[in-house]
Amino acid sequence: MEEVSKIIKEKIKEVGNQRTALLPILQAIMKEQNYVKKEDMVDVAEALDISAADVYGTSSFYSFIETEETGKYLIRICKSITCENKGKKQVLKAIEKELQIDLGETTYDKKFTLKPTNCLGLCDMGPAMLINDEPFTELTTELVSEIICEFRNR
Amino acid sequence: MSNKGLRKVDILFSQYSVAPYQILKQTMKKNKADVLTEINESGLRGRGGAGFPTGMKWQIMADEKAEEKYIICNADEGEPGTFKDRKLLVEVPRKVISGMAIAAWITNSTKGYIYLRAEYNYLIPALKKELEVFEEYSKQFGLDFPIEIFSGSGAYVCGEETALIESMEGKRGEPRNKPPFPTQEGYLGKPTLVNNVETLASVSMVCRYGSEKYKSLGTDAQRGSKLFSLSGDSPKEGVHEFELGMKVSDFVAEYGDGDTKAIQVGGVAGYCIPRKNFENTIIGEGNTTGGATMIFNSTRSMYNVIHNYLEFFVEESCGQCTPCRVGTQQLLKGIEAVKVGDKPECYLQDLIKLSKTMKITSKCGLGQSVTNSFTSIITNFPEEMIY
Ligand SMILES: Cc1cc2nc3c(=O)[nH]c(=O)nc-3n(C[C@H](O)[C@H](O)[C@H](O)COP(=O)(O)O)c2cc1C
Ligand code: SF4
Repeated sequence: MEEVSKIIKEKIKEVGNQRTALLPILQAIMKEQNYVKKEDMVDVAEALDISAADVYGTSSFYSFIETEETGKYLIRICKSITCENKGKKQVLKAIEKELQIDLGETTYDKKFTLKPTNCLGLCDMGPAMLINDEPFTELTTELVSEIICEFRNR
Repeated sequence: MSNKGLRKVDILFSQYSVAPYQILKQTMKKNKADVLTEINESGLRGRGGAGFPTGMKWQIMADEKAEEKYIICNADEGEPGTFKDRKLLVEVPRKVISGMAIAAWITNSTKGYIYLRAEYNYLIPALKKELEVFEEYSKQFGLDFPIEIFSGSGAYVCGEETALIESMEGKRGEPRNKPPFPTQEGYLGKPTLVNNVETLASVSMVCRYGSEKYKSLGTDAQRGSKLFSLSGDSPKEGVHEFELGMKVSDFVAEYGDGDTKAIQVGGVAGYCIPRKNFENTIIGEGNTTGGATMIFNSTRSMYNVIHNYLEFFVEESCGQCTPCRVGTQQLLKGIEAVKVGDKPECYLQDLIKLSKTMKITSKCGLGQSVTNSFTSIITNFPEEMIY
């Protein structure tokens, strides 16, 4: 895993050290380790010369910036009305069973975290979910087992 | 009421010209003022929800004098049930980018951003490739207008233009007071034009076909063609393009599953139209601009529908102003209490009043629009709220 300090440096080289760099930096950290630790926030604050409280305030606003430990693969299942009506509940149950966790939890091996999310803009192909940035659509109970199996072996 | 029936058109997804960025090239040969007049005449209104006349906004932006001016393509598309912008960005990104470039050329803007919702991060590689093509051609045409992608981070309210700007500035996505409008004081305090993906693609089409032809589509209230993201109980889910001004009944006859009970027009911020009003409601007149249409058949519980919407609003309220932060929570708790019998039926009327107060007192469109779906669902399906 890349050092957070290195990620920050690289991103600053790319987008500068103004406050406008904050989200791009947080996103880069997310990409590397799937959540932003408290210590990381202090580092980011120092690098941009703003307060750590500001960094936390911004981080906690956005649902795609995680501030608690998150697994390597973050599953976000869409809970908006169309996916709900298309059988999201059964799909969600199948994932929970497959991973042996409840919604909101992380697997023991820290490989998967399962979270709900609002509309993914994939309603015409629901039920839908993202794993990290990758979309999966027209989910069925069988299909999610296969997908998770594939990610387990990645 | 002007009903023109259901008239499908194929404009926004029509094929590209053979050589890349020809619309831009041809447009840049004309006089800027003339092109702006064309856009004004076309009657095009913003497709992002608020429906502001595009030409007028561009005129205001063109009149602003500043060293740096920004064009932002709003690709935050967070309204539940909406996915037409995704399809435009996947299938015809060149039309969207051309729209940005034409805007930059007319308004003398210096830099462009595509604010892309995090949920669409998987579109970035293809978009970046297209931006490289654009860079090559725009340089040939003598236009110095770099465009970058700015990735969002999962917040519906950041689709609101001032919240979007706050977010680009590295802050919490909390809407600002208006005025000043972004065209006066936007990103980094500079004049900033924010337009929806579909609006920008439509500008390209106005430039390709001319305002006369574009204007001939639609009705007096809503000109041109419009994309509808259709989902729910329909055998034909997906993105469809129509001239504006069709009856809900025509729409449902074509796209429903034969058992349609209600249709949500304009996303969760829009209205829910019950079967009894299908005949006398025109889509595009006072009920929608965003184009998210969700069809519900008679097996669906409208209590579950409004409950789902309210959970969404509670979560996505930025919390900045009390009517919206507390109001959304109270509406949700309120319908739950009525459902289990802790509150009497008449309590629903109090909740409707509360939602109307939110419309008047909330700072941005999120809190202001909750009453649209809330009131339309509660008044049309009261029995489903109780039993
Ligand atoms: C809560 C909220 C969410 C919004 N989300 C979007 C969005 O996702 N995309 C969009 O283009 N406009 C959205 N808007 C409207 C924008 O504030 C703005 O009016 C629009 O981007 C202007 O572009 P247009 O004139 O081309 O429509 C939203 C507004 C509100 C109040
Ligand atoms: S209306 Fe809601 S979302 Fe808008 S500013 Fe107020 S609290 Fe935030």
